[in-house]
Amino acid sequence: MAKRLDINDLNLYYNKFHAVQDVTLQVHARSVTAFIGPSGCGKSTVLRALNRMHEVIPGSRVEGSVLLDGENVYAPGVDPVQVRRTIGMVFQRANPFPTMSIRDNVVAGLKLAGVKDKKRLEEVTERSLRGANLWEEVKDRLNKPGGGLSGGQQQRLCIARAIAVQPDVLLMDEPCSALDPISTLAIEDLIAELKKDYTIVIVTHNMQQAARVSDQTAFFNLPEVGQPGQLVEIGETGKIFSNPSQKATEGYISGRFG
Amino acid sequence: MRTDTADLERPASAPAFQQLGLGRKIKNHTATVLFGLAFLVAVVPLLWVLFTLVQRGLAPMLNADWWNHSFYGLLPNDSGGGIYHALVGTLEQTFVCALIAVPLGVTVGIFLIEYGRNSKLARTTTFMVDILSGLPSIVAGLFIYALWITTFGFDRSGFAVSLSLVLLMLPVVVRVTETMLTIVPDELREASYALGVPKWKTIVKVVLPTSFSGIITGIILGLARVMGETAPLLILVGYSRAINYNLFDGPMASLSLTVYTARKTSTEAGEYRMWGAALTLVLLIMLINLLATLLSKLFAVKTR
Repeated sequence: MAKRLDINDLNLYYNKFHAVQDVTLQVHARSVTAFIGPSGCGKSTVLRALNRMHEVIPGSRVEGSVLLDGENVYAPGVDPVQVRRTIGMVFQRANPFPTMSIRDNVVAGLKLAGVKDKKRLEEVTERSLRGANLWEEVKDRLNKPGGGLSGGQQQRLCIARAIAVQPDVLLMDEPCSALDPISTLAIEDLIAELKKDYTIVIVTHNMQQAARVSDQTAFFNLPEVGQPGQLVEIGETGKIFSNPSQKATEGYISGRFG
Repeated sequence: MRTDTADLERPASAPAFQQLGLGRKIKNHTATVLFGLAFLVAVVPLLWVLFTLVQRGLAPMLNADWWNHSFYGLLPNDSGGGIYHALVGTLEQTFVCALIAVPLGVTVGIFLIEYGRNSKLARTTTFMVDILSGLPSIVAGLFIYALWITTFGFDRSGFAVSLSLVLLMLPVVVRVTETMLTIVPDELREASYALGVPKWKTIVKVVLPTSFSGIITGIILGLARVMGETAPLLILVGYSRAINYNLFDGPMASLSLTVYTARKTSTEAGEYRMWGAALTLVLLIMLINLLATLLSKLFAVKTR
């Protein structure tokens, strides 16, 4: 459980468009790494490249390597399906499976992988929902459709679904951007707990959120319109927010642009 | 300038709501009458058809023999007899047609949306399907005649009819599957991939169930559509007044063929058979449409 990620010289493309250039950074195990930066700077693209979701989009291309505890997920012969089993993902918009009940949503990853043992599924359901701080709210209606929950609950259901398969790393793509402050707080608390067991990478537009939840922060920027996004700097969250080494970071954080 | 309270209460401009002018009233009424008339023009013929059908076709249907007898051995002037032979033919022919067209069409639809998106093969296929969906049914009949009967040397039969109906139903099924798969949001596919679920399993367990309700409705409506086809039947199978369960051998009746054949018997009994068969066909199609509504509700995505 909980592995580190080493990203080396990552270049990402959509067809001819060079989206992200030369990203090199380390994500530590059992910690939260936040990606911040203006819209279109490629932070979500980098995040999606970490579990090979980038290549789902037709015409996309990846150069460089992503090492999961030293193992390159882009090495030839590596099955992207297995990579995604070890590196889970939570999306910007809650996307529970509409045809499945709350219970089936949570164990969807296991069930679709062929796990049939009822007792084990039952255990995983409860453990994951407890892990996502949702158990008390839904334990009496596990057979109801997941689509009937509120937005914040749906997002926590998606987190439960992601941790049910016990990934080594959890990627979160702006998980709170569609939620109200109370649900946001619930998820931030959850992130603080999850990092005891998981390596977490979170993309966020909310700088206070990055400051609250993360241990290290990476700032991405677009040097100019039409040019690929770049990693400006990465460092301890406290240092990035109080005393960044780059001018651009300071400008972004103090709200002078972006 | 004084700004006491009385002045503040005074409206800043003329009242916003005024009586309608005469011109506006006339226009309003003309439009209402025009739309009403258009509705009547559209709906009157429909009701008229239904009324005529029920008026002339109801009598035969109330006879118990109608549902379990054939026209076998009836002379032109003999009344009585039943539609069972034609019901069997129509149901068997469309069922076998569905058996071939549905799996094929759904698979093609899945290929076009999930695998072939924007590939040259997919674009060509979509184009062909578009052409096929405009294919006149008589041409479908001729094609199967040329292929199945002239080239392969089989006899005219109910199965040949099924094959021609497949040609007519296939584009409907492909189109419906395509449309329904397109409206499944990509986020669901990504959610499934992110759990480490392979693509084929994502399609079978996530994408298809989400769009199932729409696909099944479309399929059944397509089925109802080919059920009333007549042109290919005239070419591909002989009419029989006896019950024939065998799709592969001998002449076989069907509801539309019965209407066509009974019309040529210019006696009162012939009229009786013709209208009876016509109403039975309409009723059957109505039942199937009802089934489609029911199934789509049953499989609809629920939120409570």
